[in-house]
Amino acid sequence: MHLDMEYQQDTLLARLGGELDLGVADQLRKALDNQLTEKKIKYLILNLSRVTFIDSSGLGVILGRYKRLVHSGGKVILVGAQPQVKRILELSGLLQIMEDYPDENQALSKIV
Amino acid sequence: MVKILNRCTLEFTSIPENVAFARVAVAAFASQLDCTLPELEEIKVAVSEAVGNAIIHGYRNRQDKTVRVNVTIYKEGLEIRVEDSGAGIADIDLAMQPAYSTDPERMGLGFVFMQSFSDRLQVDSSPGKGTTVTMFKQIGQRGAKARAN
Repeated sequence: MHLDMEYQQDTLLARLGGELDLGVADQLRKALDNQLTEKKIKYLILNLSRVTFIDSSGLGVILGRYKRLVHSGGKVILVGAQPQVKRILELSGLLQIMEDYPDENQALSKIV
Repeated sequence: MVKILNRCTLEFTSIPENVAFARVAVAAFASQLDCTLPELEEIKVAVSEAVGNAIIHGYRNRQDKTVRVNVTIYKEGLEIRVEDSGAGIADIDLAMQPAYSTDPERMGLGFVFMQSFSDRLQVDSSPGKGTTVTMFKQIGQRGAKARAN
């Protein structure tokens, strides 16, 4: 798994790559939660364009951050999922509760 | 009985890193059947869920146990059997309900994906003895034809 993060004000942009499964779920959860806490993040943009595989363990990490941010009035926005990943996101119902956009600029423009 | 064309058995330690190993190994074996890319993706997700369940729920994250995966290739498709000898499931119907999970960080989608991505799913389990998940997936034209009917 690859993860690089960038933040401005209350927005964290996390670019993920590789396979999001049980093998990396804990590591990803901790890395994101550290930043959410430390930087007082309200909006999380997850760029999934380099993610090649996701299963329910990976989805669980996304849903957990969503619950946390929504609770404090923020949101999670998904960006650029590849077709096979997008299909899993759709089936899981996550796309019914989270916005998704083709690129980072569009996602950033949705944050007020 | 339908003719078996090929079969393999994988046995590995119940560590989370092996979820990736299992799905890649099964997908590589399954590719002998001329699977389409979406079919291979479905197989990978189904295997990940079944092996993930064995590690998390069957073995409650203990890392010194053994997960066994049997793959059998038939002309029509493949059968994937994932076995653990862990905690077992007390109420299989409840465990298979969408969004049912014993852990708030998890989505309760494991069985949903296994069901969506296979043509037949069977779960055998007894508390204290372990769980066996058997999935059959039809592959290729024959499978597509059978699925359309």
